[in-house]
Amino acid sequence: MTDIDTSLASRPPLTAKDFASDQEPKWCPGCGDHAVLQQLKNVMPELGVPPENIVFISGIGCSSRLPYYMATYGVHGIHGRALPMASGLKTSRPELSVWVATGDGDALSIGGNHFIHTLRRNIDLNVVLFNNEIYGLTKGQYSPTTKVGLKTVTSPSGVIDHPFNTATLTLGAGGTFFARAMDRDGKFLRSILARAAGHKGTSLVEIYQNCPIFNNSAFAAFAGQENKDETTVYVEHGMPLVFGKFRQKGIKLNGSTPVVVDLFKGDVSESELWIHDEHDTFKANLLARFFDDPLTVENFLPRPFGIFYAEDRLTYEDALEAQIEVAQELGEGTLEDLLKGDNSYIIK
Amino acid sequence: MSEPISSTSKFTVTPKTSVSVLFAGDSGDGMQLTGTQFANTVAVYGADLNTFPNFPSEIRAPAGTIAGVSGFQLQFGSKPVYTPGAKFDVMIAMNAAALKANLKDLHRGGIIIACTEGFDEKNLRLAGYNPEAHPLEDATLSNYIVFPVPVLQLTREALRDSGLSAKEIDRCKNMFILGLLYWLYSLPIETTVNMLHAKFGKNGTVAEANIRAIKAGYFFGDETEIFANLGRFDISPSKQHGTYRRVTGNEACAIGLTAAAKKAGLELFLGSYPITPATEILQTLAKMKKWGVKTFQAEDEIAGIVTSIGAAYGGALAATNTSGPGLALKIEALGLAVMLELPLVVINVQRGGPSTGLPTKPEQSDLLMAMYGRHGDAPLPIVAAYSPVDCFYTTYEAARIAIEHMTPVICLTDGYLALSSEPWKVESGDNLRDINPHFSPERNPEDPAFLPYKRDDRHVRPWAIPGTKGLEHRIGGLEKQHETGHVSTDPDNHELMTRLRAEKIEKIADSIPLQTLDNGPEKGDLLILGWGSSYGAIKTAVEQALEKGFSVAHAHLRYMNPFPKNLGELMGNYKKVLIPENNYGQLVHLIRDKYLFAPVSFTKVKGLPFNEMEILEKITDLIKEH
Repeated sequence: MTDIDTSLASRPPLTAKDFASDQEPKWCPGCGDHAVLQQLKNVMPELGVPPENIVFISGIGCSSRLPYYMATYGVHGIHGRALPMASGLKTSRPELSVWVATGDGDALSIGGNHFIHTLRRNIDLNVVLFNNEIYGLTKGQYSPTTKVGLKTVTSPSGVIDHPFNTATLTLGAGGTFFARAMDRDGKFLRSILARAAGHKGTSLVEIYQNCPIFNNSAFAAFAGQENKDETTVYVEHGMPLVFGKFRQKGIKLNGSTPVVVDLFKGDVSESELWIHDEHDTFKANLLARFFDDPLTVENFLPRPFGIFYAEDRLTYEDALEAQIEVAQELGEGTLEDLLKGDNSYIIK
Repeated sequence: MSEPISSTSKFTVTPKTSVSVLFAGDSGDGMQLTGTQFANTVAVYGADLNTFPNFPSEIRAPAGTIAGVSGFQLQFGSKPVYTPGAKFDVMIAMNAAALKANLKDLHRGGIIIACTEGFDEKNLRLAGYNPEAHPLEDATLSNYIVFPVPVLQLTREALRDSGLSAKEIDRCKNMFILGLLYWLYSLPIETTVNMLHAKFGKNGTVAEANIRAIKAGYFFGDETEIFANLGRFDISPSKQHGTYRRVTGNEACAIGLTAAAKKAGLELFLGSYPITPATEILQTLAKMKKWGVKTFQAEDEIAGIVTSIGAAYGGALAATNTSGPGLALKIEALGLAVMLELPLVVINVQRGGPSTGLPTKPEQSDLLMAMYGRHGDAPLPIVAAYSPVDCFYTTYEAARIAIEHMTPVICLTDGYLALSSEPWKVESGDNLRDINPHFSPERNPEDPAFLPYKRDDRHVRPWAIPGTKGLEHRIGGLEKQHETGHVSTDPDNHELMTRLRAEKIEKIADSIPLQTLDNGPEKGDLLILGWGSSYGAIKTAVEQALEKGFSVAHAHLRYMNPFPKNLGELMGNYKKVLIPENNYGQLVHLIRDKYLFAPVSFTKVKGLPFNEMEILEKITDLIKEH
């Protein structure tokens, strides 16, 4: 095995450009994937990890082309299987920084089983889930996150499948990190990616990513300049849940029921509001349930963005290394020990 | 430690060259444990042996029924034995169902030791015997030598004041049987006594009671007159001196993988999902953490292989183990491994199919899936093990080919090899062929560009693993441009890459041994070309046929793809080639396809391995026809 040189001190400082491969991205003009790629390149130099220790793994779909555009190690695998491929690599080589680029079809449909099991194992992977609520590469079929009613080539009368909520799914599966961000919100996305990289365990970052060709404006309700302040809430650890163009609205917990309150009325102060706590699993699960469609629900709860939940839990690969360490307390087994076994006998 | 015991010498002792014994009883009777103890004693004594457990697929089938019968068969001898025996010479029947289920496989004139308490009215009814006509008393067993022994009663008497509960005492009845058989075959009891002391060291009462039950059985034989006419038997030890261990095929696969990783200087990673009859490979490797082995029990068969591909990309010796239905699920990922050209060992422990089929029964019916079961033109090497011990060598060879030729390799075994065991003279690591992974070295920025798909003269691409400075590169399932590995849809490039991938596999024939004959003349009337677990049956049948003066030879294939270079020439030295297979005819297709002649196909698809009598009969027919 090659010894890993983790010291970057002897090298010139890296920039985003150093992480661009020689391949030109082949995504459609205006695709949200370009923006996510840029933020990933931006965040890489901040990790303090040399490029040869970074690996991008993907499955199949538009977003899964991403590894080709990063000047790191990378594998573009098969549909739905990015997470097990990354899991095997990380378990075998815990010192690597392993990233997964996947989409709503790849991760939540064909790879749904791997999705839940990877999360419960808590392998230290950084999973970037590009959710565009549509199948782009196969040209516009509905995905497991597509809204009910959307007419697509495979749902000419409108989708009748109830969509997955990635946040509740992640937390329900025992995930230790969930964050949501928007493709076009570059600076914020970059900060979330940096936090995801720092989280020890499986970090799941759901990115609302616009597909201008097959599902344009799917997230307009949360992205439009005219409405986003009223339809979204950006959560920050230790801070109250406040939103609105004039920060005039807050969310307060009545028992376990979240209610939107008007801060300008003067009968509720910020100190009475829901204070976001990334480590509170109960509140994180409530937050994950904020899944109203502002276009159809009256008195909707705003869609949360930011880090919902971050739990410090032993990772799978560390637990395995610890077991191996115990087994090797009296020294590593030799080839001769192995061949002899512990039930050998001598015939004289 | 108990003092050695010995028999009074009033009985005649008849030497025998080999004996096949079946221990059969209800799945709760501890027959696997009893058989295993008997096998350990025989092994340490120095006879050759071969064992095969036969248990119901249900964990707890209703007690006393045929479905609940569990058996453990072994053959031991003063000469090499290659099978657990086509039929057995001795049957221990703990109940009526055990007798009914197995009587057809007992040699005419064979010995039955029946535990009479298992033949009460209830047991007879559950086994489907007419309770009015007791099989131990009427003419049912007139062609056999029957010893009805009240095993339970005798065990209870012997352990009356042992301090054990009534239930615990009854559980010792299989030790009584064991003692009786040790007496019958002039075997020492010490191996089992030592095991009991080691196992129950802390609880002296249990160990002592079990030892007392063994002795009670032993002295029962010696002191009663019922065996007076039969006498005792003796099988002289035959094994050369040395250190041995007994392994099952599944254990041998696990050891083979670990040994290959050690020899290559790599970490072993196994991604796996439990499936009968392959699970023991995962279980054995999960206990090998001392050797740095990492096992990953995945959420499904697909994740089992894909985690392994991830580990292979990272530079591990990666493997996955499965059986037919699981291999079917892994096929798409196997195509990816072919495309990525990464080393990967896939051990497929074949069982009766299709679908869930016969999960606990062996078959050799996945050869064509291994050969052709992929989308696209995706050839890969296939090796097949022929005995429990050979599972070690064949798995090791699969790993060597995978690592040195940068390819997934399928290693075929089956449920028969997986669970059978035989003694293995402990191998020295020095005797194992070296395995050399070709990792690409670091590259400096001023060096020429790294070409992940630049091949050597064997068409093998380099193994460039993450962590190596300057080799950052991207690979994937999309077709690669020759040498650069970039995505390419160029028509000529696809044809070139398809040819290069195929030639890479064909060139493996340059590094594998030529096919040798196992037995028989170099030219003659008939060649039996076998593969897999039929080895023992063919070997035994050919020995017998040669004794009869037939012109017959035996060659056993390990390399199923590519074939050894001389195979065509070798087959050409015989007037006929017979291919026995536990399937509906699969190797015969490959041979016909490659060598354009018609071998004789001999198939058996009963969920049972061939036995030597069937093969010998076929040989006799073919030679007569000739």
